[in-house]
Amino acid sequence: MEIFGIPTQALFGQLLIGLINGSFYALLSLGLAVIFGLLNIINFTHGAQYMMGAFCAYFLLSMLGIGYWWALVIVPLAVGALGVVIERLMLARLYKLDHLYGLLLTFGLALIIQGVFRQQYGTSGIPYAMPGELAGGRNLGFMFLPNYRAWVIVASLATCLATWFVIEKTKLGSYLRAATENPELVQAFGVNVPRMITLTYGFGVALAAFAGVMAGPIYQVNPLMGADLIIVVFAVVVIGGMGSILGSIVTGFALGLIEGLTKVFYPEASNTVIFIIMAIVLMIKPAGLFGTQR
Amino acid sequence: MQSKRSLFIAAPLALAAALTAPGARAQISDGVVKIGVLSDMSSLYSDIGGGGSAIAARMAIEDFGAAKKGMKVELLSADHLNKPDVGSSIARQWYDVDKVDVIVDVPTSSIALAISQITREKGKAFLVSGAATSDLSGKACSPNTIHWTYDTWMLANGTGNAIVKTGGDTWFFITADYAFGLALERDTEAVVLKDGGKVLGRVRHPLNAQDFSSFLLQAQASKAKIIGLANAGGDTTNSIKQAAEFGIVKGGQSLAGMLVFISDVHGLGLDKAQGLIFTETYYWDLNDGTRAFAKRFAAANNGKYPTMVQAGVYSAITHYLKAVEVGKTDDGTKTIAKMKELPTDDPLFGKGRVRMDGRKIHPAYLVEVKKPSESKGPYDYYKIRATIPADQAFRPMNDGGCPLVK
Repeated sequence: MEIFGIPTQALFGQLLIGLINGSFYALLSLGLAVIFGLLNIINFTHGAQYMMGAFCAYFLLSMLGIGYWWALVIVPLAVGALGVVIERLMLARLYKLDHLYGLLLTFGLALIIQGVFRQQYGTSGIPYAMPGELAGGRNLGFMFLPNYRAWVIVASLATCLATWFVIEKTKLGSYLRAATENPELVQAFGVNVPRMITLTYGFGVALAAFAGVMAGPIYQVNPLMGADLIIVVFAVVVIGGMGSILGSIVTGFALGLIEGLTKVFYPEASNTVIFIIMAIVLMIKPAGLFGTQR
Repeated sequence: MQSKRSLFIAAPLALAAALTAPGARAQISDGVVKIGVLSDMSSLYSDIGGGGSAIAARMAIEDFGAAKKGMKVELLSADHLNKPDVGSSIARQWYDVDKVDVIVDVPTSSIALAISQITREKGKAFLVSGAATSDLSGKACSPNTIHWTYDTWMLANGTGNAIVKTGGDTWFFITADYAFGLALERDTEAVVLKDGGKVLGRVRHPLNAQDFSSFLLQAQASKAKIIGLANAGGDTTNSIKQAAEFGIVKGGQSLAGMLVFISDVHGLGLDKAQGLIFTETYYWDLNDGTRAFAKRFAAANNGKYPTMVQAGVYSAITHYLKAVEVGKTDDGTKTIAKMKELPTDDPLFGKGRVRMDGRKIHPAYLVEVKKPSESKGPYDYYKIRATIPADQAFRPMNDGGCPLVK
C-alpha cells in the first residue's frame, strides 16, 4: 500500500522518527514555557544550558567514570544549581524591567557560554558512548528502532506528563500559578515567592540539562548543539502559546511529526516548515494555539 | 593650428601615461601586502578551516621570511557565518576599504563562487582552500582565482572509483542541499555511472541538519549497497554516528563519506569511523616535512592537527608570496598569472603547478581509517591505500568547460 507514492511502512518509520525528535522539542519547550510562565523571562540561555547538560555528562564519564544513568540524575541537579545562581545574581534584578532586558541578558549569557566551550572544544564535537543497556535495537517490521530512541520517547513523555501534573493538578502547582497571577497576594499568604521563582528557574534549566544528557548518545556532544536547536524550540513555544505547559508539550510532539513528514515529501524544506507554521499560527491566533491573550 | 598640433602630441602622451600608470603603480599597493583569511570561524566548518586557517596563514608568512626580505605583509581574518551575503559584503569591504590584496580559504562553495566573481570585478586575487565545488576551475573559472587544495571531482574520482571497483555498484546519496553538495553528488554520480554502477535514489537535506535518521531510513529502504554522504563537517559526523545507531552498516550497507576531514575522524572516534575510505590531499604523517609542520601547527592550535584545508592555506600563501616577490607586484591579476607561471614547491604538498584554468595540482591519497587497535595515539588515524598521481588526481583541463582554456 502506498500513500502519495510513499509505502505505508516507510511512512510509519518516518512518523516514529518524527515523534522522537518531537520528544526533544517537547522537553526543551516545556522548560522554556515553565520559565516564561512564572518569571516572564524569555530564557535564551536555554540552548546553552542544554549543551552544558550534554557536556556535563561527558565530563562525568571521562573524568570521574560516572556513567549515563547517574548522569541523568546528577547533571540536571548540577546545571539546575548553576541556573539558580544565575537567577539570584542576575535575573532577579530584571523582573521590574521590560521583557527585553531579560532576553538580552540571557542571549548574551548564551553567547558567552557557547563561545567558551567552542574555544575549548572546537565544533567537530566529542563522542559520547551509548549506555550498554540501550545499545542495539529491534526490528519492528516497518523499521529498525534503536532501543535508545525508544527510551527517549518514553523518558521524555514521562517527564513532560509529570511536570504537567505537578503544575496543573497539585497544591504546589496552584501556588506557582497563583504567584504568576498575583505575586503580592500569594506573598501575603505566607508563601516565599522569590524562592519559588528561583527554584522554578532552576527546574526549567534542569529540564534543559536533562534533554542534553538524553541527546549526548545520539548527536555529537558539540558546543553548537544548543544553538542549532533553540530557534526551532522557540518557534514551538510561540506556536503552542507562550507559557502554556500543555501547549508546549503537544506542539513539541506535533511539530516533530510534521517535520518528519516534510523530510519524506520535501526534505529541502524540513528546516523551514516549522517557521511557516509559526507564521500562519501567528496570523490566525496571535497568542498561539493553546495560549490566552494577556 | 598650433593648439591642434599640441593636441596630437598631447593625446598619445596622455595615453602612454595612462598605460604606464598601472605599471608605475605595479608595485606593492600602499607598500603592504594584505592577506585576508575569510572562513567559517564559529559554525560547523570552523574546525576544518576557521581559526586554524588563520594560524596556517601566519606560519606561511613567517616561514617565507617576509620581514627579512623587506616585504610588509599584514594578515586579517573574518567570519562569513556560512552566509553568502555576509561573505560577499566582507569581501567588498576588504577590497574597497581595507585594501586587501588577496582573500584566502573560504569554505562553503556558494560563498566561494560569489567571492570569485567579486574578486574578478575588482582585479584582486582569490586562493580557495576550503570550498569544494569543481566549478571554480570549470565553468565558473576566473583569471583571478586559484582553487588550491581539493575539489569535488577529485573526491569523486578518488573515492568513487575505488569503491565501485571493489563491488560497491549501487548508490544512494544523502546530499547537503547547496552548491557544494550538489556538485559533489553530480561528480560522484558521473564516476559511478562511468564505472558501470547505478544510482538508486537521493535525498537532499538542509545545511547543518541535526537529525539524519529520517534520511538514513530512506537510504536503508533503497537497499543500495553504498550510501554516499555528499556533505561535510558536522553533517557528515552526525550522519555516520546515527547510521551506526540504526544498524545500517551491520545490515550490510556501507557508508562512503565523500568528504571527510581528519577533524571529523577525531570527533567521531575511531570505533565509529574505522574502515571509512575517502580521499585527502594532505595527511600529517606522510613525510618529515608534513610531520614537522603538523607538530608546529598543533602547538599553536590547541593541540589539534591540521586538516588538508589548513595545510592548503599555508601552501597557497607561500606560493602567493613567492609570486609577489618575483613579480614585484601585488596586483591581483598579474600575481595570479605569475603563480601559474612558477612551479609550486612546499614541504606539505611537494612539487606541483597551477594550471591555466586555476586548478592547483598535486597528488591525492586514498586513505582508510585505522581500527582502534592499529592506532598508536591521537591523530594516528589513516592507512594510505593508494596514491593518485597529480596528473590523474584532478579533472583533465579540457573536460571542465573553463573558458580560459583554449
